Amino acid sequence: MQFKRLWTLFVARNREFLRDRAAFGWNFLFPFLIIGGFGLIFGGDRYAEYKVGVFPVETENVVPASVDIPEQFRRTQYIQFVGFKTAAEAFDKLKHYRIDFLIKAGPPPYPYWLNNTSPKGYIVEKIFRSSLLPPDLTLPARKNEISGRQIRYVDWFFPGILTMNMMFSALWGVGYVVVRYRKNGVLKRLKATPLTAFEYLSAQMLSRIFLLMFTLAVVWIGCDLIFSFHVEGSYVDLAVVFFVGSLSLTALGLVIASRGTSEEFATGLLNFIAWPMMFLSEVWFSIEGAPHWVKSFANIFPLTHLLKAVRKIMNDGAGLIDVGPELTVLALMTLTFLAIGAWLFSWNR
Amino acid sequence: MALLEVKNLVKKYGRMEAVRGVSFAIPQGTCFGLLGPNGAGKTTTIEVIEDIIAPTEGEILYKGRPRTDTFRAEVGILFQQTALLSFLTVHETLATFQNLYTKTADLQELIVMCHLQDFLNQYNDRISGGQRQRFMLALALVNKPELVFLDEPSTGLDPQARRNLWEIVQNIKAGGRTIVLTTHNMEEAQALCDEIAIMDYGRIIARGSPAELIKRHCGGVTVKLPLTSFNPSLPPLSIPFQVVQDRIEMMTDDLNGFVAELVAKNIDLKDMAVRSPNLEDVFLTLTGRQLRE
Repeated sequence: MQFKRLWTLFVARNREFLRDRAAFGWNFLFPFLIIGGFGLIFGGDRYAEYKVGVFPVETENVVPASVDIPEQFRRTQYIQFVGFKTAAEAFDKLKHYRIDFLIKAGPPPYPYWLNNTSPKGYIVEKIFRSSLLPPDLTLPARKNEISGRQIRYVDWFFPGILTMNMMFSALWGVGYVVVRYRKNGVLKRLKATPLTAFEYLSAQMLSRIFLLMFTLAVVWIGCDLIFSFHVEGSYVDLAVVFFVGSLSLTALGLVIASRGTSEEFATGLLNFIAWPMMFLSEVWFSIEGAPHWVKSFANIFPLTHLLKAVRKIMNDGAGLIDVGPELTVLALMTLTFLAIGAWLFSWNR
Repeated sequence: MALLEVKNLVKKYGRMEAVRGVSFAIPQGTCFGLLGPNGAGKTTTIEVIEDIIAPTEGEILYKGRPRTDTFRAEVGILFQQTALLSFLTVHETLATFQNLYTKTADLQELIVMCHLQDFLNQYNDRISGGQRQRFMLALALVNKPELVFLDEPSTGLDPQARRNLWEIVQNIKAGGRTIVLTTHNMEEAQALCDEIAIMDYGRIIARGSPAELIKRHCGGVTVKLPLTSFNPSLPPLSIPFQVVQDRIEMMTDDLNGFVAELVAKNIDLKDMAVRSPNLEDVFLTLTGRQLRE
């Protein structure tokens, strides 16, 4: 292996990425837009889980205090009240699951409707009925609250978006790009030089990792200025975890890049891997409570382990030793992906 | 000793045999042309020799020995179709490729030789066809190769750009380098090649210098006459002819005798044309006039 050749390709690939303004801009813009958008929608806190329709009301945006419904119910958190002028309009929304529960404003008894097949409707009915109980009623239960700093939704959500962006960038930036190079003859031209497959693949991988870490740093700083993320653990530990995660995701990209000249097939394969990985790795929502096999299946994805480790450090203040199992799995996955990628790699097939 | 020797080369794609037992040897410092119609197997043959695709059977010797890892460092290739890393200027691309080799040419000399000065700072995918071929040729020479492969280098170029490229290739040849050229431009082959092999259906069907091939396969001159010069009631001519569009063409070794026959038969010679044979005649004689694709 010649370091000079590897470095030359590394520099050339970085230039290519940094000068492609559209791709370069999108890599920064995409996570900003997602995080910014969710920040605006959720205000940095948990969003309303349930939607309750109220009629007859003149405006869609209901001020809860202004409608004649039980006060306890009106003051329940995480419920958004939506106004309707007529019952027919409200029934239509309820029928199509656009709202979870419907109540007619006015004096008691309060008529209400729900969709029997709606799980959310079932929960809201329980909330509604309990809100009609006398407030001073003694219940055989005792409330306790967890102590310490509470994790905002955006603090839980932010690592997911960062790692998801890393995943897309690693898979498409390596997998798709190398297949395109093979199709249009770039790889054939490089094969005609003394460059070895190992040197080429290493340069591709290192370049992508460099760009991933660079993008990550810029997006982190930008988002932190807006949302002031709280990191319980060490930034150095986080950087180590992100680096190992980048290695693993990029190595997975190399497996996809190892063969093929069809960009359509590569896109299909990338989607086939990226979408389940995105949903099952808990980027958007927790899969706690999902069937055991789903949770076990999620462990085949490097993003699951990367995200778990990042959240442990960011949200729970874990150290490198605490995330040792995740780092070990990521390292093993990297080696496996590299071995498969190198074994399968072809310059022109 | 030949610089490159190809022995009984076969390349199969499934049941399709693209190259069927091709053999030839190329002496150092010569330009060897591989000619043939589209789909004859020229590019496959050359890419197997270049070590881009693997042969099914056969032996390829470079400097008398099977090719080793150093082969790629010692040859330069201009592919028929290829692409480069985007968003790099012509100069940056040259420097990138130069860094992939240990033995390298002087970039400045290369730039002057291939006339790249005017577009050095342009992105490599934003240059004209002629500029692109000169640039690709410079890339093929960036490692000071002993053996240069040029796969249809002038395809798609206008006459000026083509002649300019030929001039550069002649300079490379004058520098003592060995060139393997594939083309279906007969004028190009005649202008550049010392030796030619004509391929068809995966086989070499003729081989020799351009002059030898012409002499061997197209002796005599071609006489062309307009169809209107002939009166159907005249006695038939002594040599066979071919009708090509609005004229007839005949080939004869005895021009004087044939002209005397035409005069004796009262044929109007006012619009007669006589042409010496060239490689195109050899090519068409050997591969036929029927459209292949």
